[in-house]
Amino acid sequence: MAEKIATREAYGAALVELADKYDFVVMDADLAEATKTVKFKKAYPERFFDCGIAEGNMMSVAAGIATTGKTVFASSFAMFAAGRAFEQVRNSIGYPHLNVKIGATHAGITVGEDGATHQCNEDLALMRTIPGMTIVNPADAVEAKAAVEAALSTEGPFYLRFGRYAVPVINDNADYKFELGRGVKVADGKDVTIVATGIMVAMALEARELLAAEGIDARVVNIHTIKPIDREIIEAAARETGAVVTAEEHNIIGGLGSAVAEVLCETCPVPMERVGMKDTYGHSGTVPALLEAYGLTPANIAEAAKTAIARK
Amino acid sequence: MEQTRKEQLQAIARRIRKGIIEGTHEAKSGHPGGSLSITDILTYLYFEEMNIDPADPKRADRDRFVLSKGHCAPALYATLAERGFFPVEELKTLRKIGTRLQGHPDMTLTPGVDMSAGSLGLGISSAAGMALAGKIDKKDYRVYTAVGDGESQEGQVWEACMFAAHYKLDNFCAIFDCNGLQIDGPVTEVMNPYPHDKKLEAFGFYVIRIDGHNFDEIEAAFNEAKTVKGKPTAIVARTVKGKGVSFMENKVNWHGSAPNDEQYAQAMAELNQ
Repeated sequence: MAEKIATREAYGAALVELADKYDFVVMDADLAEATKTVKFKKAYPERFFDCGIAEGNMMSVAAGIATTGKTVFASSFAMFAAGRAFEQVRNSIGYPHLNVKIGATHAGITVGEDGATHQCNEDLALMRTIPGMTIVNPADAVEAKAAVEAALSTEGPFYLRFGRYAVPVINDNADYKFELGRGVKVADGKDVTIVATGIMVAMALEARELLAAEGIDARVVNIHTIKPIDREIIEAAARETGAVVTAEEHNIIGGLGSAVAEVLCETCPVPMERVGMKDTYGHSGTVPALLEAYGLTPANIAEAAKTAIARK
Repeated sequence: MEQTRKEQLQAIARRIRKGIIEGTHEAKSGHPGGSLSITDILTYLYFEEMNIDPADPKRADRDRFVLSKGHCAPALYATLAERGFFPVEELKTLRKIGTRLQGHPDMTLTPGVDMSAGSLGLGISSAAGMALAGKIDKKDYRVYTAVGDGESQEGQVWEACMFAAHYKLDNFCAIFDCNGLQIDGPVTEVMNPYPHDKKLEAFGFYVIRIDGHNFDEIEAAFNEAKTVKGKPTAIVARTVKGKGVSFMENKVNWHGSAPNDEQYAQAMAELNQ
């Protein structure tokens, strides 16, 4: 069994690791202990600024700092970073295309027991509509660190999506290389492609095993960069496997499922199924119970794959 | 203030007011009322107070200004043009397709605009961010922002004030342009945000109250603000919406409507006197 680490942990660690290599400051809105920016706060207190529970102000302040040439990480939970502060992100950061990197943690239903008010399944949809916003939803701790460095070395606003729940590390191999905007074919296959993002990539690999047991050869593609999306890898998957399933810890409206559907409708329409939150709110509960309840398991992905194949 | 200098500033302010009328008349839209109420303060900031260089608008150690009440962009543009950031003639392109002079300020398009703003409540936060950056970098530039009294109904204005006081941003000066009117009527009837002075003092600001059309008081306020240490300054300015154009003064309908040809001629005649 692979080691399990929450991507928020990797986010906090990456900020510390990259602090000497890049010139940036970090802001948080009274959630440093939870977003893990606390690691940076302890190591570099003179470069850390708490904004209190005022996320909208934090985003506009971050934008103001960025006008002076600094890169700013602004952190909160996804619900408040993308939801509460949407307009500030759009108007203060997005419109002038400033170097503010939003580190949004506690995305999706794996927030768990805190329940629906804090389980943000809409952030990818919201952020995708902002012109010029780069969105990365890393699959594991290795990819999360790479995403932080990509954000630091790339001009413009970023939305980085991290989770609270410890998930398997799947990218701890020597030849791992992160390329912004490029999907990763993590396993090849010819019958169907599972296009997954974030924590669903590991589940897609498990689903692939379930399908293999039934004689189905599934390809798995990891889309870590939600925007700009890698059209080529998605089109190739559709052309070569003839059916696509998307898997995301997000509403099936507006996130990865929509983004992939947009690509396929325009270029290579094939039968497609979407695994994700089915336009609903979450609930309190343990993470495994929630994933089961809302249909976000390897078995759900495998079922969707069979449905898509049957529609060929 | 020396009388000749005061007369010079008054003449500049009149030209800026003409620029506001010119632009909004050409555009057939825009916000002349609040633009005219902030004109004298902008005149002082850009012609006396701020350390800026029209030939190098992005200079790192310059003083900065954020028009948080961004709908009054016609006043900012007319001031920048008058100060030499771009040709005065360009004011006639206000709000037209292809212009550098958007309906609300866009820092990526207009020379001298330090921050894109105009969605109310956002600009003051960005100005506070710039002031914090100055502290981080140990630079001695100052950051100014203008906030409307109607705008101060936005909760974010007070989040920004809390922030500026918490981080002891004594390089930060927020001007509250209290012209008393907003789109739906008198500010006191729509949603009363007053008294600003007591609220701002409670938030940790050093507060100065002035007549926002009196250059002696404007000068004294900005000079006093520079002596304040350890806290931000708020200048609460009592102003007249539509100031300088008789038929626009204190009339709510001039918040967001442009003068027609006849009104334009009358306004320009008054400003030419």
